[in-house]
Amino acid sequence: MDQFEPKIVAFVCNWCTYAGADLTGTSRLKYAHNVRIIRFPCTGRIDFLLLQQAFAKGADGIIVSGCHPNDCHYTSGNFHARRRWMVFRQMLENMGVEAERIVFSWVSAAEGAKWADLVNETVESIKKLGPYHKYQDMAKSLEEWEVTHE
Amino acid sequence: MNKLKEKAKELLSSRAVQVVVGYEEGTGGKIRPAFVSRPEDADKLLYNADCHHNLALYLYKHETKRIGKMAVVAPPFVLRSILILTTEFQLEEDSLVVLGVTPEEELIEFANFKEIETWVNQHPIGMKEKDREMLNRLNAMSRDERWQFWQNEFSKCIKCFACRGTCPMCSCFRCTVDYNAPQWISVGSHQLGNFDWHLMRAMHLAGRCSVCGQCGEACPMDIPVHLLSFQINEDIFKMFGSRAGLTLKKESLLSTWKSNDVENFIR
Repeated sequence: MDQFEPKIVAFVCNWCTYAGADLTGTSRLKYAHNVRIIRFPCTGRIDFLLLQQAFAKGADGIIVSGCHPNDCHYTSGNFHARRRWMVFRQMLENMGVEAERIVFSWVSAAEGAKWADLVNETVESIKKLGPYHKYQDMAKSLEEWEVTHE
Repeated sequence: MNKLKEKAKELLSSRAVQVVVGYEEGTGGKIRPAFVSRPEDADKLLYNADCHHNLALYLYKHETKRIGKMAVVAPPFVLRSILILTTEFQLEEDSLVVLGVTPEEELIEFANFKEIETWVNQHPIGMKEKDREMLNRLNAMSRDERWQFWQNEFSKCIKCFACRGTCPMCSCFRCTVDYNAPQWISVGSHQLGNFDWHLMRAMHLAGRCSVCGQCGEACPMDIPVHLLSFQINEDIFKMFGSRAGLTLKKESLLSTWKSNDVENFIR
């Protein structure tokens, strides 16, 4: 059997982490290719429903990253996001979702190396956890439903 | 509860309010919400421990606002709901007469919302024994057991949205679940659609729940949906030291922040 290659979706903010990931590339730093980056204006814009969607569409892990506290382009988007993630993580925990599959981080535009490390570490930890079958099996109910309700 | 009836009569006959929202006896020995607009009907109003409907639900709807000024019979959880709705700009103080009722079934009148704030802070609401036990059971479970528990519960869900319909905090004219472009939550009542719905509902109520438990009460499939809100309410108290419905400060938990919020998971 082939080795398990996790699918990671990264929700990043335009101003810090996306620029940071750019720097990783221009610095010629190699990192795991499992990550699909989705650019947002701000971490404050990242709705928790997007994370639910990512898992339902087959992601095994999720990265959410933006500007460090006090560095937000819009002053307070990341502070709002921080509260939201504090509550959301706890909510997932309460409902039995494997919350450690979502990795939160602050990566600035100058931290190209940190981005590479973050992705590599996340890929490693998700490889250990394995595919997120539980959530993906639950998501199959949608396909079945669509077939019977055509 | 004669005092309540007298007060309602007085308010209606003096035309101080157009309608009193309260409780009456329904069919099959059950209690139901009542809208009393004539003084002679005020005698059917009652209050006892079985009155579980959260009447704050009716205070901001188009249909009831059109009637005119309202008075509401308000047990402690309705008082809390009124404070939350006020901080969210859904209610105005002068549109409402609040007839508070204590768990001891006594009438208390409030001159203004500030007095309600003081009262609810002096009289905390305890959780029902049954709910407390269930939360303890859930917390003692492993995470996989919790996942299984909620998957089993959600498999019963028929997406009737009674939990939403009965909750005064679900005050949006159009709910996220009703959007189809983009469609956030699949409409069918299959495992994924049900899970997404309940997670979203609980998240949208986080930090805004008055802990009345009416969502679980309304569920025709007996899913204990209220436990999701009860548990996060406890967690939020641990994390941020605040509970919803105890203040008139316009600081909804997830629409404000502090620079020193402490988390332990962001790298």
